[in-house]
Amino acid sequence: MAEPPDTPAGLYRTTRLIRRFEERAVELVHKGVIVGGIHPYIGQEAIAAGVCAALRPTDIITSTHRGHGHVLAKGADPARMLAELAGRSTGLNKGRGGSMHAADFSLGIFGANAIVGANGAITVGATWAAARKRGADTVGVSFFGDGAVSQGVLLEAMNLAALWHVPVLFVCENNGYATTLTVEDAVAGTITGRGEAFGMPATTVDGMDPQAVLDAANDAVDRARAGYGPSLIECLTYRYDAHHTWEHKVRVRYRDNDEVARARSTDPVEIQGARIGAAERAEIDTEIETLLDEAVSFAINSPHPDPAGALDYLYATGMRARSGGGW
Amino acid sequence: MPRLSYQKALNRALTDELARDPDVFVLGEDIRVAVSNVTAGLFDRFGPERVLDTPLSEQAFTSFATGAALAGMRPVIEFQIPSLLFLVFEQIANQAHKFSLMTGGQCTVPVTYLVPGSGSRTGWAGQHSDHPYSLYAHVGVKTVLPATPTDAYGLMVTAIRDDDPVVVFAPAGALAVREDVDYADLRPVPLGVGRVHRAGTDVTVVALGHLVHDALAVAEDLATEVSIEVFDPRTVYPFDWDGLVTSVTKTRRLVVIDDSNRTSGMAGEIIATAAEHGDLIAPPTRVTRPDGAVLPFALDLDRAVQPGRAQLVTAIQGVMKDG
Repeated sequence: MAEPPDTPAGLYRTTRLIRRFEERAVELVHKGVIVGGIHPYIGQEAIAAGVCAALRPTDIITSTHRGHGHVLAKGADPARMLAELAGRSTGLNKGRGGSMHAADFSLGIFGANAIVGANGAITVGATWAAARKRGADTVGVSFFGDGAVSQGVLLEAMNLAALWHVPVLFVCENNGYATTLTVEDAVAGTITGRGEAFGMPATTVDGMDPQAVLDAANDAVDRARAGYGPSLIECLTYRYDAHHTWEHKVRVRYRDNDEVARARSTDPVEIQGARIGAAERAEIDTEIETLLDEAVSFAINSPHPDPAGALDYLYATGMRARSGGGW
Repeated sequence: MPRLSYQKALNRALTDELARDPDVFVLGEDIRVAVSNVTAGLFDRFGPERVLDTPLSEQAFTSFATGAALAGMRPVIEFQIPSLLFLVFEQIANQAHKFSLMTGGQCTVPVTYLVPGSGSRTGWAGQHSDHPYSLYAHVGVKTVLPATPTDAYGLMVTAIRDDDPVVVFAPAGALAVREDVDYADLRPVPLGVGRVHRAGTDVTVVALGHLVHDALAVAEDLATEVSIEVFDPRTVYPFDWDGLVTSVTKTRRLVVIDDSNRTSGMAGEIIATAAEHGDLIAPPTRVTRPDGAVLPFALDLDRAVQPGRAQLVTAIQGVMKDG
């Protein structure tokens, strides 16, 4: 990548990469290469691209069940990410985590997490500890959806972060639906009000615009690095695809096609693409297609893990559990 | 020789590890003033950066510790109430425990969860009297249950140094135990290594936690009738299966006394494994809490649902008759 991620071209590249990665991943779900399905991030790319462009390699993120975008934006290798989704031993997690648990600790990606709202407190602890271990101004980001703001443990985590001035960004991706339940049917008060209640700045931004997200993230990161503690950013966004790819087989009626079509008129890829020259955009698009062709090839040609090692890594100490078949 | 109390042993283990390793820190509720007595003196010696009083947010501070461990520290959490381990089951069983495997070994989660006063504390009623070590063993979280001050010291030190999450259940019924100990002899005790407190030839009594002391008292009372071997696994997960099989291979009779509810409690697993590998000559027996027990408040009711010495005597006499 030639350009830094926080430039217009860099933001476009990340946004486009996530979009095309997800589209390729959905194809691999339909082909049966990825089992278990995925929660596509399509439509929400601006948030991962914008927030992660404000971060350093040493900063920490945690992600959600809809986490591919965050992991890619923080710098994970798309080929090893795709291999992880396909359950291969070359994957980021050696095929042990899959779509909902992708992690790369060498890049500060402390894991996607499949329990809604669970990652907030983990982020606060990791960021608090990083400051003590490194003596550095490490920032942590907890990404979560609108469904998570009704989880008690996330609100507890916000309290701890504010109380102990931990430099964390709570980034809420409000796509309007917790699976099928609308925000209106789930959230009393406001999402920003939850941050304000703990005395932290909370702002709402256009989560379809990578630059708007980056600007808000920069403000929050600057504040965090300067020692002023956590912030909350609510990003208004929309999920174009299914909650999960099972919806491609089983129709679930909770929103109409017009609503999806309207949201597609504010496509983050198009918004950011319009900010760079056509030739540059075409070049980036071509590079991404080549990268993803290679990633798909790498994933489908990678070996499956050996079932004999199914419980490898269960204990960090190497302790072996008794087998289910005897002694 | 100094008399070492169980609580002092835990306090000494924490003090030694805080002094030895700058990555160790302690967090929990009311630990600065040491309401449970286990953290006495730590705040004054190590300060607010390493001894953190938390708000009453058990779920958040449990996962806060997971995060801190992922970033390279070794947190120790003190839980004032054993039943809080139900509240944080998601944070331990579904988060901390699963990170190593799910990330393909990219990280470690060296957190110690200390419950000083697990089980009935006499009159603390339904929501303060659980003893959920079997539950944690069931999900595969390393789980220790020391019966004596020296083992409390040694297993606490090992738990803190271990790279996986470890729950340390200090039974309320053992907190008053004291031992004559030369402090210079205190050392780490490995996980998964049991201890024969009393050798015998007729029957093995596997006793868990504070019930070790009841088993020893019963063994002494019955000494003229029956030769009882008292085996204390010390760690319930990983369990010292070799030690168990060695003992029952010798005695060929087994009684287990376990302060867990009967269904899916450790006693059932111990008996099953002994049956698979031990060549028993009499049906093994267990003394446990009843199925689904909720400890009632009134003292006689509380005691009525806890495993006790009288039941143990009956169980031992039963397996001797059957054999």
